[in-house]
Amino acid sequence: MGRYVIRRLLQMVPVFIGTTFLIFVMVYALGDPVAAMFGDRAPDPATAAQIRESLHLNDPLWSQYLQYMAGIFRGDFGTAFNGTPVSELMGSAFPNTIKLTLVAFAIEVVVGVGLGVVAGMRRGRFVDTGVLVFTLLVISIPTFVTGYLLQYFIGVKLAWAAPAVSVDVHIGELLLPGIVLAGVSLAYVARLTRTSIAENIRSDYIRTATAKGLPRRRVVGVHLLRNSLIPVITFLGTDIGALMGGAIVTERIFNIQGVGYQLYQGILRQNAPTVVGFVTILVVVFLAANLIVDLLYAVLDPRIRYA
Amino acid sequence: MPEMTEPVATDRTEGAAAPGGNGPEPQAAPRSLWGDAWRDLRRNPIFYISAVLILFLVVLSIWPSLLTGTSPYACDLGRSQQGPAPGHPFGFNTQGCDVYARTVYGARASVTVGICTTVLAAVIGCLFGGLAGFFGGWWDSLLSRIGDIFFGIPILLGGIVFLSVIKGGSIFTVVLLMAVLGWPQIARIARSAVISAKQQDYVQAARALGASTPRMLLRHIAPNALAPVIVVATIALGTYISLEATLSFLGVGLKPPTVSWGIDISSAATQIRNAPHMLLYPAGALSVTVLAFIMLGDAVRDALDPKLR
Amino acid sequence: MTSTEKTPAVPAPRDADSPLLQVRDLHVEFHTRDGVVKAVNGVNYSVSAGETLAVLGESGSGKSVTAQAVMGILDMPPAKIPRGEIRFRGQDMLTMSGEARRKLRGAKIAMIFQDALSSLNPVLSVGYQLGEMFRVHQGLSKKAALARAVELMDKVKIPAAKNRVHDFPHQFSGGMRQRIMIAMALALEPELIIADEPTTALDVTVQAQVMDLLAELQREFHMGLILITHDLGVVADVADKIAVMYAGRIVETAPVHELYKNPAHPYTRGLLDSIPRLDQKGQELYAIKGLPPNLLHVPQGCAFHPRCPKAQDICRTDAPALHTLGEGRRSACHFWKETVHG
Repeated sequence: MGRYVIRRLLQMVPVFIGTTFLIFVMVYALGDPVAAMFGDRAPDPATAAQIRESLHLNDPLWSQYLQYMAGIFRGDFGTAFNGTPVSELMGSAFPNTIKLTLVAFAIEVVVGVGLGVVAGMRRGRFVDTGVLVFTLLVISIPTFVTGYLLQYFIGVKLAWAAPAVSVDVHIGELLLPGIVLAGVSLAYVARLTRTSIAENIRSDYIRTATAKGLPRRRVVGVHLLRNSLIPVITFLGTDIGALMGGAIVTERIFNIQGVGYQLYQGILRQNAPTVVGFVTILVVVFLAANLIVDLLYAVLDPRIRYA
Repeated sequence: MPEMTEPVATDRTEGAAAPGGNGPEPQAAPRSLWGDAWRDLRRNPIFYISAVLILFLVVLSIWPSLLTGTSPYACDLGRSQQGPAPGHPFGFNTQGCDVYARTVYGARASVTVGICTTVLAAVIGCLFGGLAGFFGGWWDSLLSRIGDIFFGIPILLGGIVFLSVIKGGSIFTVVLLMAVLGWPQIARIARSAVISAKQQDYVQAARALGASTPRMLLRHIAPNALAPVIVVATIALGTYISLEATLSFLGVGLKPPTVSWGIDISSAATQIRNAPHMLLYPAGALSVTVLAFIMLGDAVRDALDPKLR
Repeated sequence: MTSTEKTPAVPAPRDADSPLLQVRDLHVEFHTRDGVVKAVNGVNYSVSAGETLAVLGESGSGKSVTAQAVMGILDMPPAKIPRGEIRFRGQDMLTMSGEARRKLRGAKIAMIFQDALSSLNPVLSVGYQLGEMFRVHQGLSKKAALARAVELMDKVKIPAAKNRVHDFPHQFSGGMRQRIMIAMALALEPELIIADEPTTALDVTVQAQVMDLLAELQREFHMGLILITHDLGVVADVADKIAVMYAGRIVETAPVHELYKNPAHPYTRGLLDSIPRLDQKGQELYAIKGLPPNLLHVPQGCAFHPRCPKAQDICRTDAPALHTLGEGRRSACHFWKETVHG
């Protein structure tokens, strides 16, 4: 187990460097941050040169990257072009997004796994077909469409929930955006769980468990679920990335001042430090989630652990 | 105990391929995976529904004028946000353009982006994943880590950042970007499919008989590793279409004058209270398109994955 | 081996003369997309305490399905039992409540499966899986159950049981895994054990060890044993009587030695003739021609006629009845007389 953890951690290092460098290159090398600062006005050449110097933009790219990463490890994400430290923006944005993502994640797990288990155990029956049709529809309708439709019908027409989220971001207000954000992922979780359950329910060891005279509850709860949920958990980890990407759309629809909102503003204003900083953090979260899932996988499946 | 050979037939497989997993195995003529899959597909109504829909969408994106004589650019601001009128069954959008014509013409961008991205991502993915799986060792480590780097950037997030920086907006840039961020998903599948195909007894036998490496890959491994790749790619096609629409909706994907459902939905979304028709038609068309590809992927998977048959 | 010994742990049967298990006119069919597969078509057999019945047959003969029906672990649907009785100590299990039936499983009737690697749960330790029997059926605590699991592993001669109780199935060798399956079946000292090809997946040398262990434990606990196999060699050593199955029917039953000496059905004869023998060195090996029947379309008349060297016109039209030849001897062949003496 120890060796497995160390190997995974070592594998993460090049991936982390590669991913962050890729983002850094995208924003700094391909764009022109200085020109972006001035918008449509042509910058005064002298001022531009001065800014370039102060931002180390004349150094080679790898050196800029190293300086940037060194800053990050000190907690310094640079300063947005309007003078606010990026870390300050993060401090206000992240709690909101974390809340939203957690709400969505909880909905995804509970509803997705629940539907998947029910459908997988009654494969081919009415419930199964119902779940399949439902998930197909949810996957097919893009998040921004569901978002606007739900906001309009549930928020405005029926007034069951607030159509927009207030500045304080109460958990209750996040229910509707959470459902929207969870939607597509939830459908994938349900489908994956269904397949996994349907596959495992016919396995020899489930037959053994039944032959042992275990109550149905135990056969399903201990033997079937334990095995069937392993691939689902792997999916849930990689899905954190989809949720964070999706948060940009959801936050925009419901006007939540979170990471997606800040990132979107940063992109609109071509604010390179904001964009790189936020995306770097998101990517780190994503990589960390993948790592945790890998380790969890080893805990859940002894065949991996001792391999 | 004396050494015994089995009298007639091996009994090891009893119940394995049988109904419910524990019945006797009915005899059947030997069939290939692909022949079997094709037989299965032809019995599946979902396959026909999705195939017909996709065919329709492809024809539509090649000759949109088959369905409408109105140009999507012929706009009359005087008719802004008006409802359906004779000759304009879906009404008009904010700019006074014909929503029906724009919905019809919008298919082209979605279908093109979806198919091109999938083909490109599948080619890169099969190349990287296939080589990593086939050669293993250092090749595997190197190629897999490269894949991990791109996999580490969620497509939507990377797409927003990258497209906003290069101020893209053409179908080409959107396709290129989504394929560059999307291939690791297919590479992972291809890699594990190749590894498991490589371990099959008959492939080992071919190796023992001295088959050359290219022959092994093309003749023995590729046909068997292809099935999971095709399944994942078909489903991915649907999600790529959805992603393009999302990027266009956020204003960083396709840009006018390209007609895209994402752009139209974006401009309609703020007006949902006044003129819901502007949102519903392109959103419906987009959803049906994504649905068609995902249903096709489902049907293909059910046919190719004998485990769940 | 006869049932003269007395078993202390077993409650006295309601009807002292009745066998432990009696299967009467059992039919099982599977409803599939391709049609109705008639897997078992009127099987009768019985097992008494301390007795070993070997059920012999090739793939698709219905021997495993019959066993699974007895065990009550068929998936229904697609399986269906349209007719028949399965009596355990005189009580028909097919009419019992599901809960009553569950309590018999594992406790009174246990099953050993062919492939221990896939039949054991890969993500739970063997100690947990063994202990589960005691926790569920006897309400033991986790700790006490684990101690019993170690005892069981000792009983089936797994070396260093105490250290290995927390290991997972994939960490054991094939033979050791099959011992764990046996231990699991024995856990609650059942009265009847059904072993479905218990040694097929093992190396020949290990096969003998596992078979010996099973026979030894059977004697010790005076259990009834149904041994399902296609391996005539295994049967000769341990069985008291044999039932040969073909296409979902029993075609011959006989005490073990008589069957070997004098088979009364051409199919049994074919099976015996296809065993390679040392004194036949250099000669071509005999094989029954043809393939087992497709159970969707079982041949008319005697199901074996397309492969039978003795087939006559009557075999193609009339299904033979199970003729009684003598004490415990039956044959479903129109020409059983000729077969016995030929």
